Amino acid sequence: MPNSDAHIVRSYSDELQNISALVAKMGGLAETILTDAMTALVKRDADLSTQAIQADKRVDNLDAEIEYQVVRMLALRQPMAVDLRSIISALKIAQSLERIADHAKNGAKRALVINQSPPMDATRGIVRLSDVAREMLRSVLDAYVNSDAEGAVKVRDRDEDLDVLYDGYFRECLTYMMEDNRNITAATHLLFIAKNIERIGDHCTNIAENVYYMQTGERLSTARPKGEDAMGLKAE
Amino acid sequence: MLDSETNSATIADPKVVCRDVSVSYSGKQALFDIDLDIGSHQVTSLIGPSGCGKSTFLRCMNRMNDVIDGCVVTGSISVDGVEILDDEIDAVQLRRRVGMVFQKPNPFPKSIYDNIAYGPRIHGLVRGKDELDEVVQTSLERAGLWEEVKDRLLQPGTGLSGGQQQRLCIARAIAVRPDVILMDEPCSALDPIATARVEELIDELKRSYSIVIVTHSMQQAARVSQRTAFFHLGIVVEVGETEQIFTNPRDERTQGYITGRYG
Repeated sequence: MPNSDAHIVRSYSDELQNISALVAKMGGLAETILTDAMTALVKRDADLSTQAIQADKRVDNLDAEIEYQVVRMLALRQPMAVDLRSIISALKIAQSLERIADHAKNGAKRALVINQSPPMDATRGIVRLSDVAREMLRSVLDAYVNSDAEGAVKVRDRDEDLDVLYDGYFRECLTYMMEDNRNITAATHLLFIAKNIERIGDHCTNIAENVYYMQTGERLSTARPKGEDAMGLKAE
Repeated sequence: MLDSETNSATIADPKVVCRDVSVSYSGKQALFDIDLDIGSHQVTSLIGPSGCGKSTFLRCMNRMNDVIDGCVVTGSISVDGVEILDDEIDAVQLRRRVGMVFQKPNPFPKSIYDNIAYGPRIHGLVRGKDELDEVVQTSLERAGLWEEVKDRLLQPGTGLSGGQQQRLCIARAIAVRPDVILMDEPCSALDPIATARVEELIDELKRSYSIVIVTHSMQQAARVSQRTAFFHLGIVVEVGETEQIFTNPRDERTQGYITGRYG
């Protein structure tokens, strides 16, 4: 929980803990959807894909519940200082988790399509990306639950690794497409999945910044080192 | 006494400068070496638990503690560079320049008109009836009360509602053209609408005066003030921009107090 020492009004502490618990639960669900979507892709498991797609609804419901609780607390408790920061952070983190779950769900949908085509080596490459993204997600949720600002900074720093992996995977997919144009449909879907995973890393970074703010009251500077960009999209 | 890393007790262009202010009541020390500046044309709020010394400190600034037996004030308080703790200073003149509004509205048992006219009369600030009428009207207008009372100026001030009485007291305070207005929980006896009116008035008055307000309402301090000082056990624990104090207090004790935790 973000704040261990209790309020004089116990129900206030209970409500704060309830919001934290909802965020943690939402994060756990988002992580499961990502794991299931990737397993469904690699193992060509349509049932697991469907399961991941359906689980996203629960994430959306949790997001709505958190928003409701946040609005309610702002109106009724008029929170200050660390309480205010943790309530606002919960709202923003929930939004990021909702996006993460959406991206993961989209991967599960594309897995259903990709698995209509013959198996491709490129499928395995995506696991490297999703492992990093999942590790980021898990670490940032740990940082949230343990109120660990330093842990959050470390998660943010990992995003660069994911960007590098994504750029490499982008080239890999292009190679598969050039090798055999029958690969194009599946490889394009894989590219979208990779892009989704790269976005998940960005959302984890946002969550890390929110955890840091919640704990310290300071903003992490937005400047982060960026590597080479395979698509030449990088601004000079 | 303050750690300069985390506190901004001193500011550029202060109206009131307090240094090493200590107060004891019959030997029991209530305030310990307070350093605090009060800015011009802004609202400074003093917050803290009951008995922390915030009201005692407020009362130092117009020497209201003089009237309490056994109360000893040491240190230095200057208003516009003039030392007010000096024995030479006439406390009555000082209280014209540093006005005060109390928790419970305390209009004189006189007419609305005389409540306002009393100060300018005894201080000889006006010449003749016309000028006095004008001061009464302007003061009531500035306190946002004119429209409500202009047709019954000769009725007793005590016949007004609580919120109107408090605005009458504020009008009375500004009628003598003070530099600083001290407010000791001015809204604690008022309903939310009357409170909002007084807060709007405070916002308006800060253009002309330096205002110091003691309040137990965190929300009120957050709403009306630009600077906030947190008092605890007779010291200033933390002082800074109101926004910083309420979103990101540097001291654990401040955080504990404003969020309602054990501390």
